[in-house]
Amino acid sequence: MSGALREPWRSLRRQREAAAFGTWIFLGGEAMLFAGLILAFAVMRALHPAGFILAGRETEVALGTANTAILLTSSLTMAVAAEAARAELRRATLWGMGLTLALGAAFLAVKGFEWSSDLEKHLFPGDGFALAEPSAQIFFALYWIMTSLHAMHMLGGMTVVAWLGWQAWRRARPLRSPAFEAAALYWHLVDIVWIVLYPLLYLGGRAP
Amino acid sequence: MIRFWPATASDVAAQVDQLTGVLLAICGAILLLVGCLLLGFSIRYRRGSSAKRGALPEIVSREVEVGWTAATLFLALFLFAWATGMELRANPPQPDAIEVHVLARQWMWKTRHANGAQEIDALHVPRGEQVRLLMTSQDVIHSFFVPAFRAKQDVLPGRLTELRFTATETGTYNLFCAEYCGTLHARMGGTVTVMEPEDFARWLAVQPRGDDLAREGAALFVSLGCAGCHGDRRGGSATVRAPKLEGVYNSPVPLQDGRVVTADEAYLRDSILQPRRDVVAGFPNVMPSFAGLVHEEEMQRLLAYLRSLKDAP
Amino acid sequence: MNHITPAIPAPDAIPHEEPSYLTAERGIGSWLLTTDHKRIALLYMAALTAFFFIGGAGAVAIRLELFTPKADVLTADGYNRMFTLHGTVMIWFFLVPSIPTTLGNFLIPLMVGARDLAFPRLNLLSWYLFIFAGAVLIYALVAGGVDTGWTFYTPFSTTFSNGYVLLAGLAIILAGFSSIATGVNFLATIHLLRAPGMGWFRLPLFAWAIYGTSLVMVLATPVLTAVLLLVIAERGFGLPVFDPSRGGDPLLFQHLFWFYSHPAVYIMILPSFGVISEIVTCFSRRNVFGYDFMVYAILWIAIAGFLVWGHHMFVSGQSIYASLAFSFLSFVIAVPSAIKVFNWTFTLYRGQITFEAPMLYAVGFIGLFTIGGLTGLFLASIPIDVHVSDTYYVVGHFHFIMVGGAVSAFYGGLSFWWPKITGRKYPMTWARFAAILMFFGFGFTFFPMFIMGYLGMPRRYQVYPEEFQVWHVMSSAGAVLLAGAYLLPMGYLAWSVFWGEKAEDDPWNATGLEWSTSSPPPRDNFRTPPEVDEGPYFYHPEGEGPGHDHGDPHRDQVRTP
Repeated sequence: MSGALREPWRSLRRQREAAAFGTWIFLGGEAMLFAGLILAFAVMRALHPAGFILAGRETEVALGTANTAILLTSSLTMAVAAEAARAELRRATLWGMGLTLALGAAFLAVKGFEWSSDLEKHLFPGDGFALAEPSAQIFFALYWIMTSLHAMHMLGGMTVVAWLGWQAWRRARPLRSPAFEAAALYWHLVDIVWIVLYPLLYLGGRAP
Repeated sequence: MIRFWPATASDVAAQVDQLTGVLLAICGAILLLVGCLLLGFSIRYRRGSSAKRGALPEIVSREVEVGWTAATLFLALFLFAWATGMELRANPPQPDAIEVHVLARQWMWKTRHANGAQEIDALHVPRGEQVRLLMTSQDVIHSFFVPAFRAKQDVLPGRLTELRFTATETGTYNLFCAEYCGTLHARMGGTVTVMEPEDFARWLAVQPRGDDLAREGAALFVSLGCAGCHGDRRGGSATVRAPKLEGVYNSPVPLQDGRVVTADEAYLRDSILQPRRDVVAGFPNVMPSFAGLVHEEEMQRLLAYLRSLKDAP
Repeated sequence: MNHITPAIPAPDAIPHEEPSYLTAERGIGSWLLTTDHKRIALLYMAALTAFFFIGGAGAVAIRLELFTPKADVLTADGYNRMFTLHGTVMIWFFLVPSIPTTLGNFLIPLMVGARDLAFPRLNLLSWYLFIFAGAVLIYALVAGGVDTGWTFYTPFSTTFSNGYVLLAGLAIILAGFSSIATGVNFLATIHLLRAPGMGWFRLPLFAWAIYGTSLVMVLATPVLTAVLLLVIAERGFGLPVFDPSRGGDPLLFQHLFWFYSHPAVYIMILPSFGVISEIVTCFSRRNVFGYDFMVYAILWIAIAGFLVWGHHMFVSGQSIYASLAFSFLSFVIAVPSAIKVFNWTFTLYRGQITFEAPMLYAVGFIGLFTIGGLTGLFLASIPIDVHVSDTYYVVGHFHFIMVGGAVSAFYGGLSFWWPKITGRKYPMTWARFAAILMFFGFGFTFFPMFIMGYLGMPRRYQVYPEEFQVWHVMSSAGAVLLAGAYLLPMGYLAWSVFWGEKAEDDPWNATGLEWSTSSPPPRDNFRTPPEVDEGPYFYHPEGEGPGHDHGDPHRDQVRTP
């Protein structure tokens, strides 16, 4: 399968290295993006500890925990898919990517329920906000920004996985292509970001 | 007449000018050195000239490189130490400083003296006495800038910033807003007038004034209900135990989490707006927040009142 | 470093029918869908020229208005929109992408001996992102304008401004994506596509400079994205983060903003360091003085540039201890810049110097950058910075770095590599005249700003006290010269494309892999894959030609293992 090799590369090994390297660099940038937001969260939490603890108790911890489990599992299936692709095991690759997509969709569905319940409880900052403490609105401002940015990353990741899966299904892309590993790296980053967001948003207010 | 140097009208201004002068001399020397080398090499080593070429002499390589790296580093450290030392020594707070409240908003400056005299886009201060400006903004960020004093401080909404200076020359100087603040930013300026102390006293005495700030603050203290818990002197019911405020200004306050803070304006202000943040040790955490209920001018009055409360007899 | 084994045939032996990258394919589609890094560089050049004119128009309006102390050309809001336009367009749509996306795109694969960048399609995508971002920004500026200044300070931008802040923010986020994609591409190329024998310490300094720049682009730009997302969330969706009336902190915005925007200065100036190093070595026929120090200086600047953002905030109300630390680090970062200036100067020592136009730009750059850098020492000193921050002193300082430095280097680099890019020569007399005019025009425009800034003239003022007028008139008059100097090269360079003399493969007799291929290069850059067995700047110590022609490399130019 020489179709995996692209310009300007002369060897597939080198090309694979570059795909991984480029993705890692890009993930470094992504990490800085979320780091900026998490820093804002940390500063605000230090300025308004009481409001943040109060607000942190209002998030849907059951749904958040379920989502954490879903996402961690999806990282496993994605890792399986990437390794299988590398070993050119077509069935395992397709299964892995299919499961990853399903779990990603499940995460977003749960997130959707959670958001609508938040809206019902008037937890969107603005007039008529449920909590009296003004700084609780800042917590929820960051909650909405960070979870929706994370969801956008999920959507992006799912698009890539779906596209690669479709190409693998149609045999339009050789399984040796470095793209599978790059997609998996990206998926793991989205997962890791969630692992940081989960304690910040769901557990922080519930510590004894 | 073209001016090359701004007026020097505060004690800090003279120091800053001295620092600028030395830096100018050092930088001028460096620039001259680089310029001469560039020009000299360009002429001497133009193509086809008869100057000696060939390998670089042994000495003109690593040693020179390490040498000027070290030299610039030491120069940088020296300048840092000097400039920073000057900054740290400048304007130590003095207990008898004249306090003026400054309120900035799009696009005007309101200044208010302790006796309640108000000015708009102007400030009168006496020569030779430290002035302490307590500044806040009603809307966006502004910046209080008096070039003749070499003094500048951003004025932020939602917090107090402080600017201290001691004027040394009488005269009238420009006051600018230096932080971009919207449509008429360029017109948000005024003057600072430095007068002899006795002229200033005379000027201040004839200003129309409302009540003085502290007296207005005292009225607010009652009408906002603060006195209900904090002040039994004023006939409050005192069913809830709250810290006494007499003499609290600028004194150390122990907090619940073990820290001890100084009750300066910033702390008092935060305690009114966000009472749950730094609770005084030994008191229940029950005070409601007054954020949104007290606007900046009222805050100035309340702070003036709290400052005026001396230790209870 | 241009010693290629096997040596390429002499130019006259190359069959002239073999098309260059310019003629390999025809039709508009072959340009808009190209993945050739050289064509994408030209696409960027076209887009950047357009943005340079838009941003320049803003500058013209500003300087025209400031001729007199009163408001006579623009309304107050009109003036505010003009300087915002000038700042946003010039920074994000001209200076940040300028050298990396044009010269960098064109030269990095050539310099490292590759056929293309590591991810050619990503390269094209980043151009489209850039164009789309530019279209959004121009829509925002035409539809109603933005009046926040390029700094978008909160709470003005989130609550009080009545301009198109959301769209402008979106445009800058998109341009940031483009910038990140470009940075990733360069890093991967320099890491993984170097020709056999091209060790890290055989890279030309231009490649090192682009490497440092890319690092900063990839790691700093996302923080700008984050802070602009917060601004958009607060302004567009009412989610409080910065608004002090709802408990937010406006200084948090400044910290996050400058965490990007100070490194952004290095994104703008580092590539110029690379360009100047290439030019100075070529026209003085010497190895660069202290190659490894130059490399470490680039990396030092790239990394330490992340740690000095707080010096923009000495008067903001941040803690004095924070200010001390930032002041210290700002002084320290002056050292690598000084190393570079001294090393360029000493590269001239014992050279065989000629003064073609690129060299004149380079010498002018060293002068202007030295002034720009030295005036930075004043700003790093807290007591002086308190006085001059937000005045024209700062405006003068950063224009010396970013315009006197980066734009001069951009023009210098263009005139240096123009024969390689187009295969044509331009009229040298005109070019020399333009370079000299640019130096003096620049000086007249921006030097008076130091003086009026120290006198206390605040920036972003449409009307000002009469005592400052003389300096403003001087500055506006200088701007006329400067505008002429910027337009002139556009004229003769365009002329040269049609009527210029054909350029040889190596018109300056320079080293460097890019000069070993034909002018303009073929689609795949090299006819035979190059191999490298020398360090860069391998010039003969006595004569004028490259060192390997003479086989007598001297001590500081021996082949590095």
